Amino acid sequence: MSIPTTNKQTVEIGKANKRKYMLEKVSQRLFLICALLSVITLLLIIGFVFYKGAHPFVAEGYSFIDFIFGSDWVPSEDKFGIFPMIVASIFATIGALIIGVPIGLFTAIFLAEIASERLAKIISPAVQLLAGIPSVLYGVFGLAIIVPFLQNTFGLVKGQSLIAVILVLAIMMLPTIVTVAETAIRAVPQTYREGSLALGVSQIGTIFKVIVPAAKSGIMTAIVLGLGRAIGETMAVILVAGNSLIVPTSLTDSVRPLTTNIALEMGYAFGTHQEMLFATGIVLFSFILILNFVLAKISSKGGN
Amino acid sequence: MRQFKDNLLRGLLWLSAFLSVAVLVMIVGFIFYKGIGLISFDFIFGDYSPDGDGGIWPMIVTTIYTVLISLVIATPIGILAAVYLQEYAKQGRLVRLIRFATESLTGIPSIIYGLFGAVFFVTTLKLGMSILAASLTLTIIVLPVIIRTTEEALKTVPGSYREGSLALGTTKLQTLYKVILPSSMPGILSGIILSVGRIVGESAAIFLTAGTVAAMPDSILSSARTLTVHSYLVTQESGDIELAAAVGIVLIVIILAINLSATYISKKFNRATNK
Repeated sequence: MSIPTTNKQTVEIGKANKRKYMLEKVSQRLFLICALLSVITLLLIIGFVFYKGAHPFVAEGYSFIDFIFGSDWVPSEDKFGIFPMIVASIFATIGALIIGVPIGLFTAIFLAEIASERLAKIISPAVQLLAGIPSVLYGVFGLAIIVPFLQNTFGLVKGQSLIAVILVLAIMMLPTIVTVAETAIRAVPQTYREGSLALGVSQIGTIFKVIVPAAKSGIMTAIVLGLGRAIGETMAVILVAGNSLIVPTSLTDSVRPLTTNIALEMGYAFGTHQEMLFATGIVLFSFILILNFVLAKISSKGGN
Repeated sequence: MRQFKDNLLRGLLWLSAFLSVAVLVMIVGFIFYKGIGLISFDFIFGDYSPDGDGGIWPMIVTTIYTVLISLVIATPIGILAAVYLQEYAKQGRLVRLIRFATESLTGIPSIIYGLFGAVFFVTTLKLGMSILAASLTLTIIVLPVIIRTTEEALKTVPGSYREGSLALGTTKLQTLYKVILPSSMPGILSGIILSVGRIVGESAAIFLTAGTVAAMPDSILSSARTLTVHSYLVTQESGDIELAAAVGIVLIVIILAINLSATYISKKFNRATNK
């Protein structure tokens, strides 16, 4: 009598174990699928954007060289040249880096090394909060304050200009650069400071010769993140760029960077025109990849 | 000479810090100064009217919709993906590929996400310009954030917890649900809160996928505008800086609340683990 029961029990335990085992297997698969979703979406994004953007050049006989180096963008006349926008994007990015990086970096050094703990405890969280403010608001500020200021100071017809874009982007980068760089500088071990000071190096000497080099990779991350925010920025830039389709020859020229071209025309574009906006997106995308690559090269070179 | 150089650099450090703080204070000050006059109960909870006297309630509702829908989709996927990467995967080519993809997604500018959303969700999946299309696009944007913060949170769970639980005869899955996920909850939560900030602040991707209809959305398939898009449009179309700034105040208050709750949760978390 007892033997069948045990058998039955064994079978039941076996069944329960099997169910548990199945559940383990199934859930592991599910987790894997979730993890693979980011790969799938990345492939989808690249696939769709490149498919749409490459179509005019592959299937419709448009010249890619004319697209990159052409300076006329007149969709109604079938002219698609984005050279002025490429130049505007490059100038705006480099300009914002030239202004934003030193100020942001110096502010980070100040907060981590010079400022009293009390002062840093007030400023750092405030700056961190500003990193989260929607970028549109920087554009609104730019249009209401920076643009009229430029207009009056330099006697411009229109204050919306390359320099306005540069200033807005530089300001927008600041909180990101300050926050990330400050964390990197604070992470430098205290012994570095003590060692350098004990050798008779001044505080400023210690900061620039010992601490900043030691925090270099974190500082580089700060710059890349700040740059990422600036280069892809669209709506704030539209408000202050002026959107003229000319190759800028001076800082006060009105410009149309790549991002704004997409946002301004995507709403009503169709057919080849729309595909050309995707092609603009590809150029922007490649631009970002190249910049990140260059920055990575610079930082690894500095390491030797 | 060195004394001079030191003083010069010290001066520059002070000057830079002063400049940064001054500019940032100016921006917030400007938004509040310009916009505070418009803030009232009717402005926040009133229905929109095109002649300018109306409120921004439809935009607030739209913003809430986008946050909720994107989080409902992104949170489980993101957490489970992180669980796979941290708890299940053997380090190898596949994990490297997934990490690479996640990192690449973080670096793509939102206008490219907008383009993708416009062709994939709006056109190919025939969702039209809608809250749903925008939310799905936002899901992709915040997914890497949730994966990364959850991974960080899982890393902080001591190995002894896992071993202790497994030694009691639980399965890996039971250990996950009863031990690992609960103890990394605060970290996961602050990641989710940070994603809310990202969604609320996003504009370009939403502009291309949700459209700009300024009315209370009938359903998640209606085109509508979020707070950021509204702030942009009133500036661009009518140059109404006061209105844009008033919307800005609402946005800043939301971001402030989000940041404070994230800080609160992570502080609580640190205290709990230090015990």
